[in-house]
Amino acid sequence: MKVLVPVKRVIDYNVKARVKADGSGVDLANVKMSMNPFDEIAVEEAIRLKERGVATEVLVVSIGAKQAQETLRTALAMGADRAILIETDDVEPLAVAKLLAKVVAEEEPGLVLTGKQAIDNDMNATGQMLAALLGWPQATFASAVTVEGDGVTVTREVDGGLQTIRLRLPAVVTADLRLNEPRYASLPNIMKAKSKPLATRVPADFGVDITPRLTVVDTREPAARKAGIKVGSVEELVAKLRDEAGVL
Amino acid sequence: MTVLLMADMRDGALGVDATAKALGALAGLSEVHVLVVGEGIGDAAVEAAGLAGVTKVLAADSAALGKGLAEPLADLIVSLAGDYTHIAAPATAVAKSVLPRVAALLDVMIIPDVIEVAGEDRFVRPIYAGNAIQTVTSADRIKVFTIRTATFRAVGAGGPAPVETVAVPSGSGLSEWVADEVAVSDRPELTAARVVVSGGRGLGSQANFALIEGLADKLGAAVGASRAAVDAGFAPNDCQVGQTGKVVAPELYLAVGISGAIQHLAGMKDSKVIVAVNKDEDAPIFQVADYGLVGDLFQVVPELVAKV
Ligand SMILES: Cc1cc2nc3c(=O)[nH]c(=O)nc-3n(C[C@H](O)[C@H](O)[C@H](O)COP(=O)(O)OP(=O)(O)OC[C@H]3O[C@@H](n4cnc5c(N)ncnc54)[C@H](O)[C@@H]3O)c2cc1C
Ligand SMILES: Nc1ncnc2c1ncn2[C@@H]1O[C@H](COP(=O)(O)O)[C@@H](O)[C@H]1O
Repeated sequence: MKVLVPVKRVIDYNVKARVKADGSGVDLANVKMSMNPFDEIAVEEAIRLKERGVATEVLVVSIGAKQAQETLRTALAMGADRAILIETDDVEPLAVAKLLAKVVAEEEPGLVLTGKQAIDNDMNATGQMLAALLGWPQATFASAVTVEGDGVTVTREVDGGLQTIRLRLPAVVTADLRLNEPRYASLPNIMKAKSKPLATRVPADFGVDITPRLTVVDTREPAARKAGIKVGSVEELVAKLRDEAGVL
Repeated sequence: MTVLLMADMRDGALGVDATAKALGALAGLSEVHVLVVGEGIGDAAVEAAGLAGVTKVLAADSAALGKGLAEPLADLIVSLAGDYTHIAAPATAVAKSVLPRVAALLDVMIIPDVIEVAGEDRFVRPIYAGNAIQTVTSADRIKVFTIRTATFRAVGAGGPAPVETVAVPSGSGLSEWVADEVAVSDRPELTAARVVVSGGRGLGSQANFALIEGLADKLGAAVGASRAAVDAGFAPNDCQVGQTGKVVAPELYLAVGISGAIQHLAGMKDSKVIVAVNKDEDAPIFQVADYGLVGDLFQVVPELVAKV
């Protein structure tokens, strides 16, 4: 079974995003970019499936700027076998899902493992949209994935705790934080990754309409909180909460 | 213009807080029909019909829908989509799974975590862990969105609106429910609580995390946690507050032994009053705290329990 993992190049999770003064968006000039953390988890899970003999090949796909090649190389260095870059400007989850659906039609993977959410747009949508377009079942927010026969059993992090469901394969699973701890690529593997196949395509190859449906009107800073104070003791804290804030 | 609002459902009961807050968010749009789904939902339908702003309740009674599986739920909503201009739901784990699927089936975009419905086709939502707030307009024929309920006011009583039973499409058999592992607690629910006490890695162990629970019980509060505390097994996963956990905006939020990473702040910085207890005076959590106490939580928390 082939496993497909879509990976997105996003702002590094340690960097605080800054809004441009003119409200036109977030300033990404000279900002450190990395693989979306949830996608690292998805790649790790796919590699583990291969190591366990469940998966035969791990294919990673990124949709975005030329520099997303670096993200794909990182995935290849972790242990993915092959990569496809679909080079384009930023596209919405619906368009990403449409492009991925075409790749799925060409490649016929048995399982697509996505991240649960991209930490830039915080959409939490692409995996579910892809599953819908393919008519496949989906399991979001996975914290455990077991492939057995023609199905996959997934434990999911839901509002009240955990839920376990079983899907018929092929299926889409979206990775949550506690699915695994991704490995670091070793230096020899980083070197090896340079010669692994990475194909570049463009959206026009797939004949799908990727016109945005949403128009961004403006992007602004959140309202700032007014500066707080430090209190010197528990008594003072309790008094402030009772008398000043009125919340006790 | 009519909105189809998928109610928050918990095992056949109505999640009143989230549903009523979602109705609060939709107050500017005209008619709202509320969809109630699950097994044995008669009481829930009546309860939903009594909320202000609801003009009709659609009841889909089915065991298959009771577990929140995305495929049958999405098929049901698509079968009802007909003349609706908007399809919405409070941003629960179920809605975050189902509505993007619905949107793709209808060939429209999803607009997740809306914090303001600024017009019929205009929505405001946080991005980049809440470090930017974006306003978007949608050109889609049906607007599909989830509502981040934390900062909306719940509607009161109204109606009663009529209740209509709707047919449930036959299942696709693509997925099946196996088991739920749900923690039962007498404490208020995290996203609805007036006070939240959250603990972080600073607690050091699951046994020490009982300090947080003790303080929460004294204050009648819900218990929250940072990702680090959940990862380390101090607290269950559904306690995680943050960018990828729950978003809360209580009247009082106490962060104990939490450093204040961007991802944590994303889930709590709209709280009315924030208190931070941390032994590191430079911890970033103090930048959002109204009242900061620099000190050892192992001394501070027992003292707080004694004095509040
Ligand atoms: C993709 C992604 C998503 C994430 N999503 C979330 C999320 O939703 N929610 C979330 O919380 N995090 C999230 N994180 C993790 C986040 O980046 C931080 O790692 C996490 O919030 C840190 O938790 P913490 O503050 O408990 O631990 P630490 O950062 O280790 O802080 C512990 C604090 O406790 C203090 N302390 C220690 N001992 C004591 C004592 N005796 N008395 C008083 N203070 C003490 C220390 O001074 C320190 O400030 C996410 C990360 C990633 C990459
Ligand atoms: N441009 C993209 N390229 C590759 N994968 C993507 C892209 N956008 C989203 N994804 C995948 O979809 C997941 C969820 O993203 P989102 O729906 O944007 O929050 C990510 O974790 C990725 O696995």
